[in-house]
Amino acid sequence: MDDSSAGRSQGTAMTRRGLLQKGGGAAVGLGLVGFLTWVGVRSADAIPVWAVRPPGALPEPDFLGTCLRCGLCVRACPYDILTLAETGSGVAPGTPYFMPRKAPCEMCPEIPCVKACPSGALDHGLTDIAKARMGLAVLADQETCLAFLGLRCEVCFQVCPVMNKAITLEMRPNLRSGKHVHFLPTVHSEHCTGCGKCEKGCVLEEAAIRVFPHATVKGSLGKHYRVGWEEKKKAGHALIPEPLSMPVRRPGDGSALHPESFTLPGHLPGEGP
Amino acid sequence: MKKPMAGEEAIEKKGWWSAHRWLVWRRLSQVGVLGLFLLGPALDVWLIQGNLSASLFLDTLPMTDPLLFLQLLATSGMPATQAVLGFVVVLVLYGLLGGRLFCSWVCPVNPITDLAGWMRRRFGISGGWRGDRRIRYAVFLAVVVSAGLSGLMVWEWINPMSLLHRGLIFGVWSGWLAVVGIFLFDLILSPHGWCGRLCPTGAVYALLGRRTPLAVSAVRRDACTDCRACHQVCPEAAVIDPALKGAVKGVGPRITGMECTRCGRCIDVCPDEVFEFDFHLPNISRVVP
Repeated sequence: MDDSSAGRSQGTAMTRRGLLQKGGGAAVGLGLVGFLTWVGVRSADAIPVWAVRPPGALPEPDFLGTCLRCGLCVRACPYDILTLAETGSGVAPGTPYFMPRKAPCEMCPEIPCVKACPSGALDHGLTDIAKARMGLAVLADQETCLAFLGLRCEVCFQVCPVMNKAITLEMRPNLRSGKHVHFLPTVHSEHCTGCGKCEKGCVLEEAAIRVFPHATVKGSLGKHYRVGWEEKKKAGHALIPEPLSMPVRRPGDGSALHPESFTLPGHLPGEGP
Repeated sequence: MKKPMAGEEAIEKKGWWSAHRWLVWRRLSQVGVLGLFLLGPALDVWLIQGNLSASLFLDTLPMTDPLLFLQLLATSGMPATQAVLGFVVVLVLYGLLGGRLFCSWVCPVNPITDLAGWMRRRFGISGGWRGDRRIRYAVFLAVVVSAGLSGLMVWEWINPMSLLHRGLIFGVWSGWLAVVGIFLFDLILSPHGWCGRLCPTGAVYALLGRRTPLAVSAVRRDACTDCRACHQVCPEAAVIDPALKGAVKGVGPRITGMECTRCGRCIDVCPDEVFEFDFHLPNISRVVP
């Protein structure tokens, strides 16, 4: 017995039943819209810090609205680094990601994963892999980084595919020994693709340098901020007249001060040295 | 008195094969489609890549799940070319074969709900919620609207069809909870509850298949003895009678209800061989009065 025969036997009750059922449909629909919107709001946050999207991925909310969860990028990756997320993993179920410490992006010049994406969730406008911005490497732990301990490790610098641009070694005096130099790996967001080679290469038990989503780590100057020396370079000259010769204000040197306005302990106002 | 299981009489009259032919073909099709997708990851033979959400056949022919495509339209406006082409391919393919042919011949959820339906009949479980079958269209609207509102494909967090298929192809296991849920829902709470009442993917395929060349037809309907075996097995029983009992109203024998999944089970279980598959392209002269 199915509902078709049940329906026929009900005869005149059909209209009331029909009305109830129509209401049921609307209720199910509205309930579902509410539930799904709640799911969406809860999950629209940025991707978890341990996961990195493939190259060319749209910004996270757009990505979640465009990715079909088909896994064609996973199949296209010749190094098999991409995974589709499990339900409840923190990454939206079925969407692709990789974990750099396990296997970083090898930055294929042809970018097959992007080409394979049918929906444009991986932006087909990305044709130069050096322009990919999967995340941003950050030297997250200066306490364990060997360079900060004064050793010449440099592995992250050496393995970086955008060598000497995305990571440079900045020399700083080693104040502990008093005679050596720290070669400190320094990431430049302008060039870092977020491939994660540095995180993979870090020789420590747990990587000191890690790739994070830009939104998690990138600071932003206030819009009104100008860096003086850059403005000076742009203008080709100083923006203010050459330094005024300012008086040296030094306790005990009353020459540049109006004695009335300055008081030293043990002196009475107006009393010169 | 216990009613005979649907198909028993057909087996007696026609033999086992004739009473199970389309069921066997259908299971082979379901296993075959899954096998085709698994050839790649299992044996490194890449005939088809991706999954039922979106795929690429022989590196050239794309296919896109129409519900996902509509969500994509709702969230992002104009999707990339391959997704559009894939949608057009699906539109043509299932426009010809009958939209919900997908449901019974391809979809991996079907064996699960079929099993639940079979167990219901076998163990005489008859109760449960029988909501209006049009609710699926409300669910479909809700899925698209919530995608539009949130800008995210929120349905894909819980879509059992894609969770299951992706799980099988990509070894992502956690989505199976949804599948167990659907089985229990169909078995205990609602007969044909998921595929027949709620699934929005089925709703989209139904809309795609409003007028299709391939349909089941009750060609020998005058031989019907009202045993109702077809009604017992049909997942969308409401589509049968307009055609089967249409002679008095001058309605043709083709089953034209868009919810028909073309599973062919009615052909199998009918002891009087009333039904058969019928393929013909729409003939203009037929609609002229």
